[in-house]
Amino acid sequence: MAEKSPKIDIRTSPYIRRAPTVTEIMRHVVYALLPVCAYSIYQFGISALASMITTTLACVATEHFFCRMADKRSTVGDWSAVITGLLLALTLPPGFPLWMGAVGGFVSIALGKALFGGLGFNVFNPALVGRAFVQAAFPVAITTWTPAFAVNRFSEFIPSTLAVPFMTPAPTAEWTLKTAVDGFTGATPLALMKFQGVMTDAQDLFLGTVAGSAGEPSSLLIVLCGLYLAYKKMLDWRITAAVIFGTAISAEFFYLLDPAKYPSPAFMVFSGGLMFAAVFMTTDMVSSPVTPWGIFIVGVLVGFLTVVIRLFGALTEAVMYAILFGNAATPIIESFTQPRIFGARKGKD
Amino acid sequence: MSLLKLFGRKTFPKGIHPVEYKEQTSARPTRRLPFAPQIIVPLSQNIGKPPIAIVRKGQHVERGEVIAVADGALSVPLHAPVTGTVKDIELMPTPSGSKKDCIIIDTQPSSSQIPIQGEARDIEAMSRDELIQAVKDTGMVGLGGASFPTHFKMTVPAGKQVHTVIVNGCECEPFMTTDHRVMLENVKNLILGIRIAMKCVDASRAMIGVEDNKPDVLAAIKPHLPEDGSITIEAVETKYPQGAEKMLVYSLLGLEIPAGGLPADIGLAVFNVATLAEIGRLLPHGQGLIERVVTITGDDLEKPGNYLVPIGTPLRYILHYAGFNGQQAELILGGPMMGSAAASLDTPVTKGTGAVLVLDQRATKNDDILPCIKCGKCLQACPINLNPCELGQLAAKRRYDVMEEQYHLNDCFECGCCSYVCPSNIPLVQYFRIAKVLNRERRLNNG
Repeated sequence: MAEKSPKIDIRTSPYIRRAPTVTEIMRHVVYALLPVCAYSIYQFGISALASMITTTLACVATEHFFCRMADKRSTVGDWSAVITGLLLALTLPPGFPLWMGAVGGFVSIALGKALFGGLGFNVFNPALVGRAFVQAAFPVAITTWTPAFAVNRFSEFIPSTLAVPFMTPAPTAEWTLKTAVDGFTGATPLALMKFQGVMTDAQDLFLGTVAGSAGEPSSLLIVLCGLYLAYKKMLDWRITAAVIFGTAISAEFFYLLDPAKYPSPAFMVFSGGLMFAAVFMTTDMVSSPVTPWGIFIVGVLVGFLTVVIRLFGALTEAVMYAILFGNAATPIIESFTQPRIFGARKGKD
Repeated sequence: MSLLKLFGRKTFPKGIHPVEYKEQTSARPTRRLPFAPQIIVPLSQNIGKPPIAIVRKGQHVERGEVIAVADGALSVPLHAPVTGTVKDIELMPTPSGSKKDCIIIDTQPSSSQIPIQGEARDIEAMSRDELIQAVKDTGMVGLGGASFPTHFKMTVPAGKQVHTVIVNGCECEPFMTTDHRVMLENVKNLILGIRIAMKCVDASRAMIGVEDNKPDVLAAIKPHLPEDGSITIEAVETKYPQGAEKMLVYSLLGLEIPAGGLPADIGLAVFNVATLAEIGRLLPHGQGLIERVVTITGDDLEKPGNYLVPIGTPLRYILHYAGFNGQQAELILGGPMMGSAAASLDTPVTKGTGAVLVLDQRATKNDDILPCIKCGKCLQACPINLNPCELGQLAAKRRYDVMEEQYHLNDCFECGCCSYVCPSNIPLVQYFRIAKVLNRERRLNNG
């Protein structure tokens, strides 16, 4: 055989692989978030749009900055910072001052992600770290709600949006009175429930005709986007199901105790961003468990804590803390929910 | 019983569905590969002690003649794959990666290459021990890839009883179609081989498991099954790694082979179809294993297909004959999920080589390893319920002892599903192989 020998490549098996890459998964999560964003902009106008752009830019810039500082190749291209930015914006009030949103974006990536070593190493969902920070730092701004479908939402910003850094944002009460459709109280359904004992109809919650964070109002749309991701196998529906299950049974328990005092499970599931959190927040791959029983336990725990904090805590928007707690509990729960090995004998592992 | 079974398709949980790539070769009847001018027969071709060479330099050997004799219980003899002259016994590259002693035979150009006949055997009249010895004399090892000496598998351990022989015709590895062709072309020998195996292990029934992507095999075998129902054939779901012993047994019977145990622990003996078909062909004539069906397939080949290849044929000759015209490729012995890469064109086909796969993946190769994002895909793919995610992170921290003690590293049979599905491109199973070797070394060093 006189012919020239071919060059031989050597590797170890497997030689073939076919899986969506991290970048593809993250990109599809962004795709799934876009309809939610679009609906939010439709509801709340250009203020919501400005808020999303600000937090996303802040997250991406922070990610890039820390990669440069660490002499690493920039990981901006993996889309995860974009997800964090969008998630953060969608959990903020639509009229949240932009500079505060930028601070939230910076904290999300800096404290929530870069501090732990970047993508894959963070213990907590970065967007929620940022959200928790701004909640503590700007307690007034984060509970200032403006109505959905304000008449001039596409032509002017909500006054608080353009607040000068470190100055008190312009009050929104007057603007709200001027623009609101009818009888808007500025309170979210959860606040109405907690402080005034008024229940919002579950159908309004489902379709999104109430006040709330930029991303929380329409449960229907959120579920549809989640189904898309689950179909693409880029979202672990088991976590979502466990959170909803945990919320529903916990709420059902209290509801049975005293239906006059406690809200119904349907209200609990469809209000206050729970659906958004169950679909997009708890399913954050990095901070959620991987073991089957771990997924169930953490999901139910998040649902239970949400109900308990909502009913007995001082805050109304409880999902965030419930998830952060669930994230913190994940490693220990994983450690005792390791899967049973195929063929393992009973009483011996 | 899992939920999947309720829908009637015999299968196991988890696993993956790789693209099959079998259409390039599955419809082509097996052809004979010509004899290479030089044949390289490694002495060590299977698990167990290598046999002892009984030929010397310059000696003439006839095709089918014994050239090395078994050395102990786990060892099997070797037979000359060609008529020719022993050129030398020296170190040559082998599929296992390291250089090992090989008998090099220069093929006699004008020889008719008719294999010598051994003494004919009457299977019905033979006792169990005589049959097992006869199997050993054929030099048979598992042709499915593990290369475990077949006679040893047919010797049921003391205190165990085997009631059922499981015949593994899944062939779940992409690209490979050797078992497929054997099951179509060698049905009578296969049935005879199954009878021999049943007699050796004293089983009363046998089940053939075939993946449901091979309906032609079911149609071909069914008319030949005995009327008493002692041998049956079942279709199982086409899924990787269906052909793993543990997975196939679960799919067929819903039983789990105990972790760290043997099929005999639950009354089973599992053999590959090609192994039994070859026993059925060789044993009645007292012949030895000198050739096997190999799928030659992949990129840049003019004549892909299934070939009856003499043991010891070097890859250089195979590529030449199959018309390889590429410049650069990976040469994989076995399937793409569990096969091993050959480092030299002098590497020969051995008894355990089911495929020669030529892959040129320069265009799609991606060596970027990203951090683990804990997506859990590997847990949903691992057929034996390991936690490859945690194992991978422990491997990165070099905590090999913890991997073994707390995360069942040694239960991993290296099917590669975890690496296949990892979105971060982490070479998980590759890490686990290294971890196992280092653990073994550590134990040796500690006495």
